[in-house]
Amino acid sequence: MSVAPIQFDNVTLTYDRHPAVHHLSGAFEPGSLTAITGPNGAGKSTLLKALMGELTPVEGQISRCGLSVRELGYLPQAAEIDRQFPITVADAVILGAWRQIGPFGGVKRDIAKRAQQALAAVGLEGFERRAVGALSAGQFQRVLFARLLLQDARVIVLDEPFTAIDARTTRDLLEIVVRWHGEGRTVIAVLHDFDQVRAYFPNTLLLARELIGWGPTAHTLTETNLVRARAMAESWDESAHICTRPEAVQ
Amino acid sequence: MMLYTAVVEPFVEYGFMRRALVASMALGLGSGPVGVLLMLRRMSLVGDAMSHAVLPGAAIGFLVAGGLSLLAMGIGGLVAGLSVALLAGLVSRTTKLKEDASFASFYLTSLALGVLIVSLHGSNLDLLHILFGTILAVNAQAVYLVAGISCFSLLMLALVYRPLVAECFDPGFLRAVGGMGSFYHIIFLLLVVLNLVAGFQALGTLMAVGLMMLPAAIAQLWARTLPGMFAVAAGCASLSGLIGLLASYHLSTASGPSIILTASLIYALSLIFSPCGALWHFVKRSHLTG
Repeated sequence: MSVAPIQFDNVTLTYDRHPAVHHLSGAFEPGSLTAITGPNGAGKSTLLKALMGELTPVEGQISRCGLSVRELGYLPQAAEIDRQFPITVADAVILGAWRQIGPFGGVKRDIAKRAQQALAAVGLEGFERRAVGALSAGQFQRVLFARLLLQDARVIVLDEPFTAIDARTTRDLLEIVVRWHGEGRTVIAVLHDFDQVRAYFPNTLLLARELIGWGPTAHTLTETNLVRARAMAESWDESAHICTRPEAVQ
Repeated sequence: MMLYTAVVEPFVEYGFMRRALVASMALGLGSGPVGVLLMLRRMSLVGDAMSHAVLPGAAIGFLVAGGLSLLAMGIGGLVAGLSVALLAGLVSRTTKLKEDASFASFYLTSLALGVLIVSLHGSNLDLLHILFGTILAVNAQAVYLVAGISCFSLLMLALVYRPLVAECFDPGFLRAVGGMGSFYHIIFLLLVVLNLVAGFQALGTLMAVGLMMLPAAIAQLWARTLPGMFAVAAGCASLSGLIGLLASYHLSTASGPSIILTASLIYALSLIFSPCGALWHFVKRSHLTG
């Protein structure tokens, strides 16, 4: 599918001038399945926000393999979504066809059919007319995955997709992730569960505000690297000096 | 016959009652759905703040026109309301202040400025007119303005329904698909200000937001879907206009507060009797099989 990697070149992202992600370089290869992991405050979600164009790097560049941000499939953290909003499951899923229908276009029969198929694929057949507010956390996450299925993006970015989700739903949704990988899509997911990462994700980016490791999961999630990541200071240094590091850290 | 005398006759006999009825019903049709979205976006207090923000513009319009000119005060109110909305948005995006905090700062400034301008150059009666409105004094021109704003609001809501829903439900997704959420947010704020401008002609700047927020709260108690909420809010707001005017006519009470209190009464009844109301906490109902 995609032919060029998503490239981070010496990227630094900051909050109040303090680095949340510091001099990060590396690439997500086309068709790769990568977990971004690390301790709390490691900059994982910040990195995704930059990838999605919501944050601009104060230093360095992000190249999105010739794709615009709107061509990436994005699953935000559940906390960013208003689950009590009075929208039906079908309407929420159909938003995934935004590139076809836009803000004003009609929903043609084939899109409605694809939405139905996507719901069936995530095990929510018959839920079309139900309000999203009436769903459990796991069912709601399935709805968001159905929306991603409809988006049919070459690059899929997931921010903590399995947080507070039951084991069965997690397993079902992980199967979809693996299927996307099999179809040659690039999948990037922020995750906390190292066992899950080891079992399903061939590649891992271990982040602790700085890059600890990026590569095959077995070589990245080593005890040494995890100790280094845990030792990372979660809060920033109020008396930190201006950074003068010229080069990226690989 | 008694029903005719009580309900129909006031509107048949008096032109000012007919105009007030059309104005309040039109106002309800436009303001109700806008209020629902305002509440779902957790911007209820922003709506309140915006209604005050209209005041200095209306006051300047009053000064420029040399009296209670509908058009001048309407344009002034629109410009002032939009300026406060955009400035508050700018402050929240460029500083640490959240949007509600910056709205609060701006609306208090606007309210003080508006009262100061009117009190410097007008009478207490003028100030009361601007603050509390006079729906029984609306002329045909004001009715056309209110009806025009209502039509425009409903058409715009129909046009931008999908992006507004997407922005409320999942703003991160809309940003990711390049849905221009900020643009539709501004369109929505424009609709809020326009309806407040329409409302202040009839209910004054202090109560204009009443016909927006009370029906919206009622709608959330009765309906589960967004179109259902729009319909309930528009219906309740219009019904409040009708009942409020009749109450005002028969009980010789001020018309604006009568309309808002009617909406409050419907709200209180809904709190008890609606499907999500308090009554059901005390009534044991049989459970379903699945």
